[in-house]
Amino acid sequence: MREFGYQKVLDVPDAVAALGADPDARFLGGGTNLVDLMKSGVERPARLVDVRDLPLDRIEPTPGGGLRIGATVTNSDLAAHPDVRRRYPALAQAVLAGASGQLRNMATVGGNLLQRTRCGYFTDVTKACNKRNPGSGCPAVEGEHRNAALFGASRHCVAVHPSDMGVALAAFDAVVHYETADGPGGTPREGELALDAFYLPVGDTPHLETALPPGALITGVTLPPAPVAAHSRYRKVRERASYAFAIGSLTAALDVEDGIVRDARLAFGAVASRPWRARAAERALIGGPADGDAYAAAADAELAAAETLRDNAYKVPLMRNLVVAQLTELEQEARR
Amino acid sequence: MAPAPLSTHSAITLHINGEKYTLPVDHRTTLLDALRERLDLTGTKKGCDQGQCGACTVLVDGRRTVSCLQLAVAAEGREITTVEGVAEGDELHPVQQAFLDLDGFQCGYCTPGQICSALGVLEEHAAGWPSAVTDDVRPEAGPPPLTPEEIRERMSGNLCRCGAYVSIVRAVAAAAESADAAAQDSHSHDSHDTKEQVA
Ligand SMILES: Cc1cc2nc3c(=O)[nH]c(=O)nc-3n(C[C@H](O)[C@H](O)[C@H](O)COP(=O)(O)OP(=O)(O)OC[C@H]3O[C@@H](n4cnc5c(N)ncnc54)[C@H](O)[C@@H]3O)c2cc1C
Ligand code: SF4
Ligand code: FES
Ligand code: FES
Repeated sequence: MREFGYQKVLDVPDAVAALGADPDARFLGGGTNLVDLMKSGVERPARLVDVRDLPLDRIEPTPGGGLRIGATVTNSDLAAHPDVRRRYPALAQAVLAGASGQLRNMATVGGNLLQRTRCGYFTDVTKACNKRNPGSGCPAVEGEHRNAALFGASRHCVAVHPSDMGVALAAFDAVVHYETADGPGGTPREGELALDAFYLPVGDTPHLETALPPGALITGVTLPPAPVAAHSRYRKVRERASYAFAIGSLTAALDVEDGIVRDARLAFGAVASRPWRARAAERALIGGPADGDAYAAAADAELAAAETLRDNAYKVPLMRNLVVAQLTELEQEARR
Repeated sequence: MAPAPLSTHSAITLHINGEKYTLPVDHRTTLLDALRERLDLTGTKKGCDQGQCGACTVLVDGRRTVSCLQLAVAAEGREITTVEGVAEGDELHPVQQAFLDLDGFQCGYCTPGQICSALGVLEEHAAGWPSAVTDDVRPEAGPPPLTPEEIRERMSGNLCRCGAYVSIVRAVAAAAESADAAAQDSHSHDSHDTKEQVA
């Protein structure tokens, strides 16, 4: 590991000033991804700015029934919060489906959004990888790609974003708030990005992952009010019963009245370089009948755009089954 | 404005098991390595060094964490409890006793991490936290009972190469029961000077 300087900051202006636009500096949240990647040499920062003690550790209601979640709220506190569990149960479930109790106690909301892919070539510095080393190639296209993306990938990178939490945030139209130090005279400047715009398309620049400006500190995430979210669930498929990354996951929310779908939210995990909002499926669903055929048709509407590689085509029926099973379960719950 | 060059080393004070330790560290030092290599607190074990096995679990400010991904310098000022600090003098903690009574280990390598993790599980459960196997996470549903399924999920961050899982789950369940009993006991006696409860 490269030697590095360390400083702890206690307020947001100090945090953004401390990082500046130094490409060799990183914010340190829980460290569960960054420290791991520093050990393997994927990340080689010269400076760490520790943000864990910033006053961004609160979850507060917003007018109308939404929530504002601070960036340093731990994954554990997020999943335990009564308003999250009541208004956005799928978000609590998604967070609980990730990592382990120990890691969730350390991991923060900001760090979770910015965690890097678990593609085995990316984490192995002896291998080529366009994301880690732009222009070096993508061995996953021909090589090990069982967990590769179905949507939005390119021949330059087929990796998936590993976050469970992000899949629920995508379904609920989360907005990411940030600050930078590039206001007038180096003062802090606030900005925000809808989650849809937060992650960049892969194209031929897989190393550029988010639309955050250089040096931006994520300060929090807002969830707008969404009555449908109260009827939501997260389902995750993985290769063992617990403590593994997803090979496919789903946030689903459903509001049914008189057998007709009034509102629905669907987002897929582990199928793209970002949490994947399944808008085509939502369009197919809303206003139509709430039954198994309609759920399958909605899944197919989304999955029609899936592009598979040699070893990841299993994800298409996997996602289809997940959508049908989860929507059926939500519909039955609503009837009870 | 060019950032001032920062030192790559710091003198830090760690609060561990009620004691203060002051030591110079290279910032690259993890809490795990500081405990084992610098402070002779070798109860905490290194398995994977990548956050994947739980052998290095300790409590930081009362919460279970993996010490291999925790930088020592970032742990300054926090209250750290390692397996060495779990017992009250010669009296084993009920979680430790349950692991002994119910054979919650074979080789013992994962055990310090299992015990610290179990302490966290009991606290988290007592605080009403749901888990990934909790069917209804809404607060109105109330806290889930600590079934074997709940224990397996909550302890899934601790691997055991010997496969002692069956007895580990039993030990955690027994410790939870004795914590419950102790809680009820102290409640009914309305005792003045109760020892800190497990949960
Ligand atoms: C063994 C293991 C299993 C895991 N399993 C899962 C899983 O199943 N599902 C899942 O979703 N995740 C899983 N994870 C990943 C885990 O969720 C992430 O590592 C964690 O959420 C990252 O949060 P952190 O606060 O520790 O981030 P850090 O490691 O501190 O930081 C990650 C990145 O975010 C940046 N950053 C942190 N905070 C901010 C901020 N406020 N503003 C700007 N930049 C910031 C850092 O500079 C760094 O680049 C697992 C991790 C491990 C080690
Ligand atoms: S899929 Fe992306 S992360 Fe994996 S090797 Fe290819 S470029 Fe790298
Ligand atoms: S040594 Fe820390 S989790 Fe394995
Ligand atoms: S008892 Fe041997 S690793 Fe668990």
